[in-house]
Amino acid sequence: MARHLITTTINGDEVEFACQPGQTLLEVLRTELGMNGTKNGCGSGDCGSCTVIVNDRPINACLVLGVELEGAQVETIEGMADGTELHPLQQKFLDHAALQCGICTPGILNMAKAFLAKNPDPTESEVRFGLAGNLCRCTGYDKIVRAVLDAAQEMRAPK
Amino acid sequence: MSNDNAKTNFQWVGKRTRRPDGVDKVTGRARYGDDMSMPGMLHCKVLRSPHAHAKILSIDTSKAAAIKGVKAVLTSAEIPDHPLSKPPYAPIINDMHDISRNVMARDKVFYDGHAVAAVAATSERIAKAALKLIEVKYEVLPHVLDPIEAVQPDAPILHEDQFTFLGDKTSEIPSNLFRSSVGERGDLDQGFGEADLILERDFSSEPVHQGYIEPLACVASTSEDGCVELWTTTQGHFVIRALCSSLLNIELAKIRVTASEIGGGFGGKNTVYGEPVAIRLSQITGRPVRMVMSRKEVFRSSGPTVGSRTHIKMGVKNDGTITAAEVETWYQAGAFKGAPTGRAVETYFSSYTIPNLKATVHDVCVNRPKVAAYRAPGAPMAAFAAEGIINELANRIGMDPIDIRLKNAVTEGDQSLGGSVYGSIGLIEVLNQTKNHPHYLAPLGPNQGRGLALGYWMHGGGLSSVSVHLLDDGSVTVATGNPDIGGSRSSMRVMAAEELGIDIELIKPIVADTGSMGYSHLTAGSRTTFATGWAVINSVREIIEKLCILAAKKWEIDVNDVSWEAGHAVSTKSGDSIKPLSLKELAAMATKMGGAIAGHSEINAGGTGAAFCLQLVDVEVDPETGHVTPLRHTVIQDVGRAISPDYVEGQMQGGAVQGIGWALNEEYVYDDQARLQNTGFLDYRMPVASDVPMIDTVIVEVPNPNHPYGVRGVGEPTLVSAPAAVANAVENAIGKPMSSLPLSPPKVLKAIEQIQVAAE
Amino acid sequence: MADLKYESPTTTEAAVALLAAGGEMARVFAGGTDLLVQMHEEMIEPTLLVDIKSIKETREITFEADYVRIGAAVTGAELGENDKLVAMWPGVVEAVELIGSYQVQGRATIAGNLCNASPAADSVPAMIAAGASVCIAGPTGTHEIPVEQMAVSPGKTSLAQGEFVTSILLPNRPSNAGDAYLRFIPRTEMDIAVVGVGVSIELNADGTCASARLSLGAVSATAQLVKAASGILVGNKLDDTVLEALASAASDACSPIDDKRGTIEFRTKVAGVLACRATKIAWQRAEKN
Repeated sequence: MARHLITTTINGDEVEFACQPGQTLLEVLRTELGMNGTKNGCGSGDCGSCTVIVNDRPINACLVLGVELEGAQVETIEGMADGTELHPLQQKFLDHAALQCGICTPGILNMAKAFLAKNPDPTESEVRFGLAGNLCRCTGYDKIVRAVLDAAQEMRAPK
Repeated sequence: MSNDNAKTNFQWVGKRTRRPDGVDKVTGRARYGDDMSMPGMLHCKVLRSPHAHAKILSIDTSKAAAIKGVKAVLTSAEIPDHPLSKPPYAPIINDMHDISRNVMARDKVFYDGHAVAAVAATSERIAKAALKLIEVKYEVLPHVLDPIEAVQPDAPILHEDQFTFLGDKTSEIPSNLFRSSVGERGDLDQGFGEADLILERDFSSEPVHQGYIEPLACVASTSEDGCVELWTTTQGHFVIRALCSSLLNIELAKIRVTASEIGGGFGGKNTVYGEPVAIRLSQITGRPVRMVMSRKEVFRSSGPTVGSRTHIKMGVKNDGTITAAEVETWYQAGAFKGAPTGRAVETYFSSYTIPNLKATVHDVCVNRPKVAAYRAPGAPMAAFAAEGIINELANRIGMDPIDIRLKNAVTEGDQSLGGSVYGSIGLIEVLNQTKNHPHYLAPLGPNQGRGLALGYWMHGGGLSSVSVHLLDDGSVTVATGNPDIGGSRSSMRVMAAEELGIDIELIKPIVADTGSMGYSHLTAGSRTTFATGWAVINSVREIIEKLCILAAKKWEIDVNDVSWEAGHAVSTKSGDSIKPLSLKELAAMATKMGGAIAGHSEINAGGTGAAFCLQLVDVEVDPETGHVTPLRHTVIQDVGRAISPDYVEGQMQGGAVQGIGWALNEEYVYDDQARLQNTGFLDYRMPVASDVPMIDTVIVEVPNPNHPYGVRGVGEPTLVSAPAAVANAVENAIGKPMSSLPLSPPKVLKAIEQIQVAAE
Repeated sequence: MADLKYESPTTTEAAVALLAAGGEMARVFAGGTDLLVQMHEEMIEPTLLVDIKSIKETREITFEADYVRIGAAVTGAELGENDKLVAMWPGVVEAVELIGSYQVQGRATIAGNLCNASPAADSVPAMIAAGASVCIAGPTGTHEIPVEQMAVSPGKTSLAQGEFVTSILLPNRPSNAGDAYLRFIPRTEMDIAVVGVGVSIELNADGTCASARLSLGAVSATAQLVKAASGILVGNKLDDTVLEALASAASDACSPIDDKRGTIEFRTKVAGVLACRATKIAWQRAEKN
């Protein structure tokens, strides 16, 4: 099967990969690039575990094809920390115990990051609707919502 | 063993500390079931039955095997057969005859999604293409989904070799009813005779899935010397090893299982599905084999919990004393026996001192996936019926729902239906804290209702193994054999730090593989912090003993004159001015003065303590659509001792929201051919973040007298009472008892319309 | 196991040629939020994907003399960010924004929602109420059809071989007019509509209804315009009698099925409830405009 050679930017680095036409970004990340931080929970856009940010928009990596990504900017969980400095959302998830099994965490962190970029001062309800595309079965969402609200406050504060 | 369960001045227990596995999980480093790959690895896909019940007449794999890239095609012929197990049966049966057939159908398929063949190929795409070329001829048989229909004389029989077990004999003819668990005491006639009011009601609930977000996944690699390495997402790699060993006739020592990080389990990852198949394919091909289930496969072929049909009768005096209760319940075991009937009998009325009662729970096979455990298996559906009818009784006699529970609450010295006598328990404290909680006193708006329900759960104990190693620089590794599903590494670390009296950051907890550790039972039954934590405490105390000996040797004094205080060996000889030795100093000395220092514990933990959880729920019902919105939710639970309060709360909150899903929307939906219709998260409707409110928690701590720190099981009790509490809230909002879960909008709207019709 | 090819033409003509040559196994690919799911579930196994996102006009929202043109590959998120469009057709935008999560919104398109031909598609009743039409390109040139003529049965459209939707046209909204879309789902997000209602209302200066279009989704094989609704509303103000008649008309128009998402009885009843609720919102919007 013909493979397409795609050049894209992942977490700031130029990355070249070859993919088959039907391969999703999720498959490309996990299988071709060995970037396992993006998780596969359903393959149909219903759980949000594979949420990554492409060209500043949060999307399900299972619902994007690798061949579409020529020239795209892709952000995954592996690039969320600034070097060894955790992102405020990552810090707050640890502080608030906003994770248990952790399988949904990378997707939720990416979604929260993209959401706060659009809405830096959300209400509890807005956070809940913002994260409605990310299933978590462990936490009951309580501590996740608190962590996102707390991170938003910290991110708004002048440095 | 010294018992600190009355202690209150802890250094680490009860503190909010960052979890040791947290950074790996927020950065994407943590490796789950699907994150392992090996050189030369093959990909396995499974062909599944489109029929709910059929004879397999033939399977032709030749065309699939001929595809380039296909390395092996497997059917049940490649899986060793096992005889049916014989009585006496254990409460929980692991019948290799059944499990081998569940892993790969042998002569018949018993449910839509039942595995019939598997392919190992060089890519998943090729494996999928090969599945389409496997030709299976079926003779489709009539099916049965409902457990009461399944025990009727004309019902289709799933297993011609299954007879009802009647204690001392078995039934004459084959039956879908495997056995019935019964518990009774007192005199029902007398009890109901004393009652001023007797109510009878039918309840039902549908199977619900654990809904873990990480699909089942494993990689098996076998070698020519017969050794097996298995990487899998599981709640108990020692159990997986034991099952694979028995199923495939491989010596235990030759199978080394590593538990990956686990992306949720809730009981659903307690047994084998793909592991034996991947091992066999690896044996046949000589290459590593990976098997990852799709979400659809998870729903169709891994075990949900039981659905239930219940008839319950209860009598009460006008003063609120419950005089008698009788209940009969039919549980859907799915394709093979093994519904959690014993647990149901035990949990039905264990919160109450009902003198006369009888509970009968039937284990019935139907054409659905074989059930698996789900968070307090067997209990939430029992509590739904028991707590529903108690609420209605309280309403009818005009009594406050907490008061009726206080009136009948069990206390220390009372006996459960299972026969155990309660030690110190926190039920009265839980009820009193609820009564005084602002939530209980808050006003309600129009179309709103408040419900409460009580849950009982006796958590597990059992086998746990731990190794703790003190390293040269004073840091410590704590290795357990229990996969960490909800933060157990955090609580293990806390307990080790508490005993040693050192900074928590010096301790690194890990989950060891089966080759490195003694047998450890599942991370399930709310047992891990209790039992494995106990083994950690034992192990650390062994280290402390050794360090005291070391200090005595160094100081040339009697070891009885050395004690361990705040991370130091201290001389207690009167008038002695020997400078205490820190853990770090002792660690540095150890290898020069005899050898490395480690502590081990292999225990079979007894002394479990009953836990009670009450939930208080407010909902609003849209009277025109039947839509239920949870508004406020408070969980009040006796946890014995909260080792890591963050994760205790997390368990309570997570269980509550699972209960909301169970109560309102989650269910297996089948078509008239018994094919599962909702095989994805779109139509299997688990709660999303916007469906639920914050979940308030009240941690009640009545220490378990049998555990060194007073720990009780935490994970399961919350789910026991959650569906019942939500149902009682809906009932309170609309003014009509609700007896059938889920309380989906069509059902609620219909109930509202029935009330309107009755009023007109 | 046929190979899959991916093409990303930059002109409408090239896309038409590819689709015509690709035959029945060719699929138009824009947001992919339905297509990739169907491929994942092995419900379809296309041999050619024609990605239309590189065709400039499919990516644009343009305000023209009589209508606003929404390119077929414009995403839900982009629609929601277009303040002028939101002000003009809030109901249509809300309907699109109800499709899936934020993640899905970054990809899903209004044209894809239409061409998937699901009876439960959220945007379709809203578009029918708005009087929207569809621009179609094909081997014989381009033409327009009303939105309600696109789906012919669940999963099936009236598009001929080689044809694809290039844009959706929403008429400029008159003054004193407003629209709304409501749906019923068991959860609060991430569900498929059990009932969907789109309403567009235009008022006279005296506050009576000048024209009305009400459309129902998920209660029949394709989304439908409830013609009786117009007769009930036009010339009247919104009182209890009118609302009661409207609810009955909506319920009467239903011919739903029992399935995993809802029952016939429930859908029929709730169609009436939502028809009234959506009409009230559209009416209030019309009064403000």
